[in-house]
Amino acid sequence: MAATLPASPLSDDRKMERADPRARPPERRQSLPWADAVFSVLTHGAALLTLALLVGIIVSLVIGAAPAIEAFGLGFFTTAEWDPVQEKFGGLVMIYGTLATSLIALVIAVPVSFGIALFLTELSPSWLRRPLGTAIELLAAVPSIVYGMWGLLVFSPLLSTYVQQPLQSLFAGVPLLGTLFSGPPVGIGLLSAGIILAIMIIPFIAAVMRDVFEVTPPMLKESAYALGSTTWEVVWKVVLPYTKTGVVGGVMLGLGRALGETMAVTFVIGNFNQLESLSLFEAANSITSALANEFAEASEGLHQASLIYLGLVLFFITFVVLALSKLLLSQLKKGEGRSS
Amino acid sequence: MSAIPMPAARAAAQAGRLRMHAKRKRTNAIALTLSLMAMAFGLVWLVWILFETVRLGAGGIALSVFTEMTPPPQAETGGLANAIFGSLVMVGMATLLGTPVGILAGVYLAEYGQKTLLGSVTRFINDILLSAPSIVIGLFIYAVVVAQLKSFSAWAGILALSLIVIPVVIRTTENMLSLIPNALREAAYALGTPKWRVILTVTLKAARAGVITGVLLALARIAGETAPLLFTALSNQFWTSDLSQPMASLPVTIFKFAMSPYENWQKLAWAGVFLITFGVLLLNILARVLFRNKH
Amino acid sequence: MDAKVDLSVTEKPKLSVRNLNFFYGSFHALKNINLDIPEGKVTAFIGPSGCGKSTLLRTFNRMFELYPEQRAEGEILMDGENLLTSKEDISLIRARIGMVFQKPTPFPMSIYDNIAFGVKLFETLPRAEMDERVEWALKKAALWNEVKDKLQQSGSGLSGGQQQRLCIARGIAIKPEVLLLDEPCSALDPISTGKIEELIHELKTDYTVVIVTHNMQQAARCSDYTAYMYLGDLIEFGPTSELFMKPKRKDTEDYITGRFG
Repeated sequence: MAATLPASPLSDDRKMERADPRARPPERRQSLPWADAVFSVLTHGAALLTLALLVGIIVSLVIGAAPAIEAFGLGFFTTAEWDPVQEKFGGLVMIYGTLATSLIALVIAVPVSFGIALFLTELSPSWLRRPLGTAIELLAAVPSIVYGMWGLLVFSPLLSTYVQQPLQSLFAGVPLLGTLFSGPPVGIGLLSAGIILAIMIIPFIAAVMRDVFEVTPPMLKESAYALGSTTWEVVWKVVLPYTKTGVVGGVMLGLGRALGETMAVTFVIGNFNQLESLSLFEAANSITSALANEFAEASEGLHQASLIYLGLVLFFITFVVLALSKLLLSQLKKGEGRSS
Repeated sequence: MSAIPMPAARAAAQAGRLRMHAKRKRTNAIALTLSLMAMAFGLVWLVWILFETVRLGAGGIALSVFTEMTPPPQAETGGLANAIFGSLVMVGMATLLGTPVGILAGVYLAEYGQKTLLGSVTRFINDILLSAPSIVIGLFIYAVVVAQLKSFSAWAGILALSLIVIPVVIRTTENMLSLIPNALREAAYALGTPKWRVILTVTLKAARAGVITGVLLALARIAGETAPLLFTALSNQFWTSDLSQPMASLPVTIFKFAMSPYENWQKLAWAGVFLITFGVLLLNILARVLFRNKH
Repeated sequence: MDAKVDLSVTEKPKLSVRNLNFFYGSFHALKNINLDIPEGKVTAFIGPSGCGKSTLLRTFNRMFELYPEQRAEGEILMDGENLLTSKEDISLIRARIGMVFQKPTPFPMSIYDNIAFGVKLFETLPRAEMDERVEWALKKAALWNEVKDKLQQSGSGLSGGQQQRLCIARGIAIKPEVLLLDEPCSALDPISTGKIEELIHELKTDYTVVIVTHNMQQAARCSDYTAYMYLGDLIEFGPTSELFMKPKRKDTEDYITGRFG
């Protein structure tokens, strides 16, 4: 017996169809039954492509560097000679330059980034927080070639006059520091490159530190305030220990960027393939800068292979640093449970 | 040991507290002042760099920059037309090429691979590629494309740039999709919608503002990239629209001109820097505004 | 709303609240509160969610000042001095008023360092004296026997109930005059809750204790005086036995008998 339904806007015929319990529900067909499979394959494939990319990069670098690896082996890391004519290549100068500039950059950038993160999370009035945070993020968006060019044409003459020359006269004759600051104070060299690099990575490290500080549970901070701590004490003694894996992860992220940076460094590092002294003012070279300047014209053979060897070394170093950074940052996300 | 000390002892303890307290207040004040100075330090560079870019670059912007080709050194006239065109073409094509791959992989991570091994590995690798040295990408494409075809070409440049687009788009797509609440997906499934349709017409649609933002950010990133183009697309003094030839681009041209001692080249380099900087900043601001409006 | 109880001569007030109004932005969260917290006793604040009991508690140690959109008007007198306008530095004020929160919040350091944290802010003690102080605080919090062999281990390795007693010990170690407990047992199981309630009973010999609880039976068990609040008003305040057996106002009776929650 058909159930009675309230008045419906459908026509009477249709009403009868729906009302009759013996009527079958409309047949459902899945349109494009193969679509799910295809889509799944496409997405999985895209993910695999990323892996393939990584493998591809490593393989191609190894193959490209093979002649140089064969010729120089591990001695490549300790030889400073770079002679395209005689086909004798050693990567010490570039490797040293890469590491030294990155170290200088970190020494400057880490405390400054910490100060910025502290300001953004604890000190800044709330209406200022978003604009300042955005300003820092925009700094990260500026292309590195701008930093490089500005560094060469605007910054380095000023660095030369106001920093390098005074430092040189101040420390002349002092045993270790004197050597560090010897060399032509013309705004070129490891120090200049390191400073420009620092300015470039500050926004990255500051952004990660700020994000990580913001994750600290407010109740934890309030407990410290409730005991009578000052703001500085809360941050230094409670927030920082709580977030320390994240902070280290952020620093390593900055380091990874600094190591791989080309344009910011190559304008001011001097592109000089010899390591004569420990001076920070001497022209030097980094892996990325050597590649940028020499690769396009390098003759196939040992010169090119040696450059690729350098590229392989750089990729390996940055890979390790970035992998560590990622591990540390994701460990913080897992929570604070760590027995000391 | 009694909990409430005797009055005299309490007074002495109080005096000691006040002394320590003065020192703590001082430390606090110093630390917070240094933090303020660090903030100012960070901002000063941004302001200075932007200021110099405007000062030195804006003056060089004239119609000729957009209509004339890159000149030989010490020439009277000249512009950046071929470099601008080259950048637009290569950046545009790279974004077109990399975005679909990035979105698909991002969809995989958010919709299929949240807890799988492939998912975790892909996520891990992707985050590393995100920050990997871009010059190494250039080396890779050189080895795989340029060396094989025995010529530099715009295609090689496009491929290199798209390899930088992909990780950025993957990361933002995955993040945006993860923000969409499961209830939305479940509602679609409950209606009998197949998975591919749920993703394309419900989830991605809901996340589209964020995904587009990600694409814009990737675009902004590669617009300023120099290193990957140095030995893939190389450069070209003349105009070309043939993608199998080396092609000029703004960043590489700026690099060449800025490092030179020629004044006309340096002036053009600053104009180029001006164009790139403000183009990139505008894209970033556009991306943010778009994102905020939809949220 | 004036619900000041007529305290007997032997009960002197430790904290006196006069005409306290509190705002979250433009939301009027506490309306003209007048209240005396007696010294050396346990006072409980009860009431349904959102009634303002935690808000009131957090005005005592000016915790609200960490958040710019929150403000308080009125007076909170401790030993005659208005805490809200006192010239004394806020960290010194907070050192006199200890607070324990809803969830245990051990700092990311060893048990010993957790207790020593607050002490080190205000006093420089030689190692032996600091050891004594740590032991004393842990004994007072009924935790000493359970942790005396693992003082160097992380505080987060303890059970929930132990962590909360650690936080209580940490607050006691700086020898405050008042202890504020904001729903201290809400994250704990019944056995740990029982231990903390015993502890509260002992603590009142040395401290004035104010406890916020959403659990009426807990208030009935632990406290000497109870304040019932509703939507920002103080409805009734009096000795616990009186408030629960013979409430003076119908609103109080309705809440206590469970007519609404």
